[in-house]
Amino acid sequence: MQDVKEFKPVIVAFCCNWCSYAGADLAGSNRLAYPADVKIIRVPCSCRVNPMFILRAFQRGADGVILCGCHPGDCHYSTGNYYTRRRMSMLFSMLDFLGIERDRTRVEWVSAAEGAKFAATMNEFVEKVTALGPNKRLEDLRCKQ
Amino acid sequence: MLKCTLSNIDKLFEIVSASMPLYLPTEDKNGAVFKKWQPGTVWSNASNTVKGPKDLFFPQSEDLMAFKTEGKKIEVIDTRTETEDFAVFGVRACDVKSLEILDRVFLTEPRDSYYASRREHGVIISLACNRPTENCFCGTFGIDAAEPMGDVSAWLTDDALYLHANTERGQAFTKLIADLTEACDDSAVSAQKEKNRKVMKRLPLADLEANAFGGSKTEQFFHSPQWEKLSESCLGCGTCTFVCPTCQCYDIRDFKTNNGVVRYRCWDSCMYSEFTKMAHGNNRNSQKERFRQRFMHKLVYFPENNDGIFSCVGCGRCLAKCPISMNIVKVMKALEVDTDD
Amino acid sequence: MQTVTTKSLCERAASLLGEGTVAAVLGWKRGEFDYDLTPAVFTAAEELTEGFIYNDFSGANLSKYLLKKTREIDGKILVFLKPCDTYSFNQLLSEHRFDREKVYAIGIPCSGMADIQKIRKIVGEGITAIEACENSLLVHTLYDDEPISVSCAEVLTERCLNCKSKKHVAYDELIGDEGEVLTSNRFDEVEKIEALSADERFAFWQNELSRCIRCNACRDACPACTCEKCVFDNPNSGVQSKAPGGEFEEKLFHIIRAYHVAGRCTDCGECSRVCPQNIPLHLLNRKFIKDMNETYGEYQAGEYDNQRAPLVNFSLDDPEPSDVVKGGFDRA
Repeated sequence: MQDVKEFKPVIVAFCCNWCSYAGADLAGSNRLAYPADVKIIRVPCSCRVNPMFILRAFQRGADGVILCGCHPGDCHYSTGNYYTRRRMSMLFSMLDFLGIERDRTRVEWVSAAEGAKFAATMNEFVEKVTALGPNKRLEDLRCKQ
Repeated sequence: MLKCTLSNIDKLFEIVSASMPLYLPTEDKNGAVFKKWQPGTVWSNASNTVKGPKDLFFPQSEDLMAFKTEGKKIEVIDTRTETEDFAVFGVRACDVKSLEILDRVFLTEPRDSYYASRREHGVIISLACNRPTENCFCGTFGIDAAEPMGDVSAWLTDDALYLHANTERGQAFTKLIADLTEACDDSAVSAQKEKNRKVMKRLPLADLEANAFGGSKTEQFFHSPQWEKLSESCLGCGTCTFVCPTCQCYDIRDFKTNNGVVRYRCWDSCMYSEFTKMAHGNNRNSQKERFRQRFMHKLVYFPENNDGIFSCVGCGRCLAKCPISMNIVKVMKALEVDTDD
Repeated sequence: MQTVTTKSLCERAASLLGEGTVAAVLGWKRGEFDYDLTPAVFTAAEELTEGFIYNDFSGANLSKYLLKKTREIDGKILVFLKPCDTYSFNQLLSEHRFDREKVYAIGIPCSGMADIQKIRKIVGEGITAIEACENSLLVHTLYDDEPISVSCAEVLTERCLNCKSKKHVAYDELIGDEGEVLTSNRFDEVEKIEALSADERFAFWQNELSRCIRCNACRDACPACTCEKCVFDNPNSGVQSKAPGGEFEEKLFHIIRAYHVAGRCTDCGECSRVCPQNIPLHLLNRKFIKDMNETYGEYQAGEYDNQRAPLVNFSLDDPEPSDVVKGGFDRA
């Protein structure tokens, strides 16, 4: 139990430039707290993220990967996040099929005005990943050498 | 000649395993594979394993060294571990011969210390073939499957395993299992050899000959019009090279870890588009050229540099595994037709 | 055995060659034994008589060869397509991968292909000849005086046991009768795995994928894998890896490969057929097909040559990813 308490997960958050990244910014300006272990990677649109990004994040040491984009209907490029929704549905389902913990991956829609939602989402996600413990099923031991 | 009754064979494996890891063929989902013996492991007497024992001496992927950087300092780390003694049981004559071919590549100067240390620590217990497959053609390359060699030669009859040590290492091995064996004369083994050779003669590929090939034949075969036809449906996958017991090409690559770099080597395949890519680009740009390279290497280039020894042992694995069933036998037959003209 | 004879196909091909309708014929060529056929191009009637064969081992899907051959050969190419091959053919067409004008497609009936490994399991090693009878195969071996009879049904390949269609969805000419789309049980195996606990699923795939030797045969045989340069072959991609370097590597390769063909995979089963390590790769593809069918509506890749695949499409009311993965990790 001691180990579980001390475990601090590494979270990679892919945030779209137009909504979620601004949402993260707002969370910061409003001094809303979320764990420092969340590493944000800014992408032009949530649909820029292909499955390789997600898997490579896990390979390089992430314990959880979350993808944030504009709300459906609000995409800066009109339809990008609709594609994201389908792609990630299929990818996450496949990861589940391979026995990889479902709670390590997530998609959340966060607008530029939703600083509070961003912080709350991250807190909740970190909590879930912390409960799962370190990522063992999609880790690359060589990276830790 | 030593005799060990078949009922004692598991005991034999147990005794060997007590002093060193023992690898032997055992049935997996995809066929027989060499695996480390553990209590409960069932030895498979399958005609041959899916892959040869090459992995035990020259693994598909192995770390050579590592680098750690700190500021401007770079530290080189030796990742080698001391190789322990190990035994491989049930190696067929073709695979024993394949190790001799690998030796020629890795043990001539500059010696490959990674391979050499495994070779020095491994004892090979071969096993004569009682039931070769239709794909076998070791006889083409002068291999006698009834005389399998290695450190210890072994023969199997209906009720017993017969062993004969060929080297000092082999003698040390037979000493290890002395309690389970008794000395006997050669009669049973001679009879078994006779039987095996009879089967060999009946094999569908028994008549295949390699006389047309060899060093100095480059000019004759390199420009053969047959390559076009032979390679037209080749997918360019690496199956033939990866199941081949004598294919030895590898690539050395760096893997960036979170703290530095691990330098490793892994098998490469001449069938791949990136094979031996150099600064100026690739030297073989079509699948025809890549396909030709593989067979010319086995049948012409290798013998040219190695006293006429072919780098094919006729194990038949590429015949069994090629997704499109194009293989060295078809290549040899097609090219031979070419020489007849 | 197959309902059309090698001879009849040969004659038809020879006459099309003779009258100049086609310049070359893409078919299967006989090998050393009766089961080791190689895809080949025939350009003369004599070549056909000598080498062409269509039997229970003509499993190789010839449609992918059209990419290369239509560019290399002047004139039309005659290609023989089994029902499942026509789906790959259509899919490639919808992706504009070859010039339809350069192909003369003949649909041929298929009563299912035999799996040589299944035959070996029954009769053992040393198969020297295989004769096709109506519902069985007579297998001659080195070690049995009399040929052994095995029923065709018993040794069907996995993909043929779960045949999805006997209907040809594309052809210029059809030999034999038109078949029908079948209701298959192809998702049963996927469902079985879905029903396992996450730990069991992980153990299952760990065991299967750990056998991978990264020969890339699955990719190279796949009619949907037609990238000019695969990301796994590209030295600049950061993921080029010639051999499995660790447990992660194999998962990355197979997840990405299956994902990249998701929506385009017609479930032709070539990946599993060619795998030298017997990894059930078709299950990854079928999982995607099943998920897409259930989530976005029934879709069969290659059924038509102008469809929009589910993953390059969307609807405003698609479910959220969290709703798609039913039950989730702690279901068990």
